[in-house]
Amino acid sequence: MVLTNSIATFGRYCMFMHRVFSIPDKWRMFFKRTIAEISKLGVDSIPLVVIVSIFIGAVITIQMQYNISSPLIPSYSVGLATRDIVLLEFSNSILCLILAGKVGSNIASEIGTMRVTEQIDALDIMGVNSACFLVLPKMVAFLLFIPVLVIFCMGTSMLGGMVVAYFTDIISVDRYTYGLQALFNEWYVWYGIIKSFFFGFIIASVASYFGYYVKGGALEVGKASTNAVVTSSILILLFDVLLTKVLL
Amino acid sequence: MIEVKNIDKSFDDKQILHDVSATFYTGKTNLIIGQSGSGKTVLMKSIVGLVRPDSGEILYDGRDLMKMNAGEIHNLRKEIGMLFQGSALFDSETVLGNVMFPLTMFTKMSQAEMRDRALFCLERVNLKGADSKYPSEISGGMQKRVAIARAIALNPKYLFCDEPNSGLDPRTSILIDELLHDITHEYNMTTIINTHDMNSVLGIGENIVFLNKGHREWVGDKEKIFETTNEALNDFVFATKLFQEVKHYIIAEKKGK
Repeated sequence: MVLTNSIATFGRYCMFMHRVFSIPDKWRMFFKRTIAEISKLGVDSIPLVVIVSIFIGAVITIQMQYNISSPLIPSYSVGLATRDIVLLEFSNSILCLILAGKVGSNIASEIGTMRVTEQIDALDIMGVNSACFLVLPKMVAFLLFIPVLVIFCMGTSMLGGMVVAYFTDIISVDRYTYGLQALFNEWYVWYGIIKSFFFGFIIASVASYFGYYVKGGALEVGKASTNAVVTSSILILLFDVLLTKVLL
Repeated sequence: MIEVKNIDKSFDDKQILHDVSATFYTGKTNLIIGQSGSGKTVLMKSIVGLVRPDSGEILYDGRDLMKMNAGEIHNLRKEIGMLFQGSALFDSETVLGNVMFPLTMFTKMSQAEMRDRALFCLERVNLKGADSKYPSEISGGMQKRVAIARAIALNPKYLFCDEPNSGLDPRTSILIDELLHDITHEYNMTTIINTHDMNSVLGIGENIVFLNKGHREWVGDKEKIFETTNEALNDFVFATKLFQEVKHYIIAEKKGK
């Protein structure tokens, strides 16, 4: 029963995506909506990304120093380990789990509310492809902007570590900075950005799907929003394993 | 003219519409009436194509909706305007933006032309000066009028209204009814109104289709409704003491003549 339902849901998701990736009815409207979505889903997420990144970067630095304080390990390893953790995992996977909560619930509740207030029916009656009109700009906007968020996250996380180095005596700023630069592998940055594209697609498409097929009222919109966050989080973790195996 | 022939519709194992046939005339306010759960909304959604009937025909001036391909349905929908129960205005757009929306999507008008047309439609529904407000900033009655303005922006041939008076006070309801009636005659549209408001039935019911438990039980107009012997229709229309007295008064007046 669970398997049948899962297959049916996946089939419906694929059909939904087929409707989403159609040629927009009006390109001018599409670009206008995409710009608005970049502002709403992307730019508005920057404060959250910055705050979370600074604190997590600081915590990672403290924990690294605590775990690898040994006369046999050079002190700059703290900076190096912080950098690699941030580039490889935090700036993409963990950040996207956080964004699944913020952006995913935003998308699911917005589209779900439009469904229960018949705004989507109104679009359909007018002859507008509602799935494409509502969802495609969100997906394009989020996929365009997610590398920016990832790079912001990388930078501010390392800055968080530097703040700890500056205000405490666990490591000097010089050694920390040296560690950040030591044995740098540029591919790690690309790896994080590539993963974030997959995760961004999951967040936007899964949230849109749950919102679009809401039936009922306000309670169901809330449930759809929760389901969107839970499902996209699980999928992000699953794809994290797959992509890590493929890309590293 | 829209003709509905032998429509059946079930959801899972529950049959909602049973062999429903009806004709909705051009230039008249056609009403679908019936109790809650009688199948009014399903019938209307079937006619506009939001729900696909199990069997039957839906003819838009002879064109069968059931036999149309996606492109033909897309084109047909440009001839349709619809007023939803909750108005279904786009929250993120202003009143003017809402009315301009179908023009933006389906015409090649310049921005100035679209604005003029939208302002004309708003003026037609007596909504001058509200164009820069958002739907959340205006009353329910005003929202309904904006929705009517949006529905008529593209000069539709067919206008559908799902319970246009729900949630409105009696005075505003009458204004909305009058507006729908006037617009129908002015633009010679085929207007179908789904309602259980008796003021609408007795005020603008030029062609009334009564549904009871998914069956079409009666067809007539607001004059004939007073003479009906259909028990379910009598129970539905003249359920309140006020309407019973109106009925007795009208019948007595007719006998007097």
